[in-house]
Amino acid sequence: MEERHLTCIGCPMGCQLTVTMENGKVTNVTGNTCKRGDIYARKEVTNPTRIVTSSVRVKGGKIAMVSCKTKEDIPKGKIFDICNALESVEVDAPVEIGDILLRNVCDTGVDIVATKAVGCK
Amino acid sequence: MSQYDLVIVGGGPAGLAAAVSAKDNGIEKILIIERDNELGGILNQCIHNGFGLHTFKEELTGPEYAGRFIEQVKERNIEYKLNTMVMDISADKVVTAMNRVDGMFQIEAKAIILAMGCRERSRGALNIPGYRPAGIYSAGTAQRLVNIEGYMPGHKVVILGSGDIGLIMARRMTLEGAEVQVVAELMPYSGGLKRNIVQCLDDFDIPLKLSHTVIDIEGKERVTGITIAEVGPDRKPIPGTEEHYDCDTLLLSCGLLPENELSKTAGVTLSNITSGPIVNDALETNIEGVFACGNVLHVHDLVDFVSEEASNAGKNAAKYIKEGKSKNSKNVQIHAVDGVRYTVPCTIRPDEMDDKVTIRFRVGQVFTDCSVATYFGDELINKRAKKIMAPGEMEQVILLKSKLAEYPDLKDITIKIEEA
Repeated sequence: MEERHLTCIGCPMGCQLTVTMENGKVTNVTGNTCKRGDIYARKEVTNPTRIVTSSVRVKGGKIAMVSCKTKEDIPKGKIFDICNALESVEVDAPVEIGDILLRNVCDTGVDIVATKAVGCK
Repeated sequence: MSQYDLVIVGGGPAGLAAAVSAKDNGIEKILIIERDNELGGILNQCIHNGFGLHTFKEELTGPEYAGRFIEQVKERNIEYKLNTMVMDISADKVVTAMNRVDGMFQIEAKAIILAMGCRERSRGALNIPGYRPAGIYSAGTAQRLVNIEGYMPGHKVVILGSGDIGLIMARRMTLEGAEVQVVAELMPYSGGLKRNIVQCLDDFDIPLKLSHTVIDIEGKERVTGITIAEVGPDRKPIPGTEEHYDCDTLLLSCGLLPENELSKTAGVTLSNITSGPIVNDALETNIEGVFACGNVLHVHDLVDFVSEEASNAGKNAAKYIKEGKSKNSKNVQIHAVDGVRYTVPCTIRPDEMDDKVTIRFRVGQVFTDCSVATYFGDELINKRAKKIMAPGEMEQVILLKSKLAEYPDLKDITIKIEEA
């Protein structure tokens, strides 16, 4: 049996959640005061995911950097790998919102897309 | 002197939404004046996601959220001037501005919307003792350097203040390879959203020290270290609790101040609690035809609410331009007491208000298991139980025109926090 402690992000209450797990399966959630806490806790201990946002260099652009994000959620454990992979990425202006800047980042099956339009200098 | 129906000062989220709404309400000659080199305001540097859940029912990044409104402005052919600084607004609505192309110029406006946003509290305003080396940035400045200009402001970082920008920058600097050692917060609670504390600090094991502040900054050329200490209930440092951190960077995220220098030149009356204009339900200031919305009015947590408020200001400015000065209708005062720090708006016109008016407010401390009570005169009209309220999260009460109509002699509305 394993116990994990989390802070719920559902609302400003920030309930302190305790998740009990057995063989990788959630057996109990306590500390939550509403259903949202239960749902959050179960997802967070079994498959925590995040959208990663960053910015990469843009050549010949009006500004030096173009902001970007993973098009979908990626596993939380891959955040740093993705940031490292983005360090060497440089794209050419112009860039439109939604342009794919890097395909299948770190074999997650998720593309990095631009979140801002950057025109040419 | 050129003439416009409506001049909007500021091309951030508030200015953009106000312009779109004014245009959709029949105003043709609109000018947005923006001092930066692009529209979108501070959203351009807020590259993280979490924007737009209310407005667009999806989670967008800051630049994407701004992009949607910029598109709407362009679709409507609304005029805007970039790189242009407004120098003065007069009480008779003459706007004096300048830029490198036009030089100094003046515009006569039938109505003006103030949408200048806010700025960060600086080290000078915080009175932090110690040396004055390089390496001390407001969190927003660091955000701009990293996200737009592509510079890293430092490698070993301490953050003072747990406002949302500070939390967001703790994560951002960490992801860019910096070591964020600690976030110190003067108050016994964080000013940031819970979600940000979890996803920006807990995810990366960055400690948050509540009731702590910076008491010394070391370094002659560049920051070499800082000392933090615990504070007592009087918010004064407690001797013997000092902790030293070697670092090269101190980021400050200690509150935002509405930027109202221009409002003052126009003679707009400001609230000494919000530092923003005092407005009625139309978001009109004491100067007829001058409206305010967004963070220049009061600092918001969510841009979605800024857009909603600004859209309202745009609609009301359009009404003013088309119909002229509103009738001399009576004003009902809204009083904020017992834990409610302020309300926006401060007054409401029962005869002319919209069917529904949202009164937004903040509480002065953390309340658990309390209610928000609304009184018309001495009569309790509504009581809504809340599990928790915190100063960092804006609250609201909705007033209905139909309800106010039942009280023709009403002079005062009071909003307060009571036990559940």
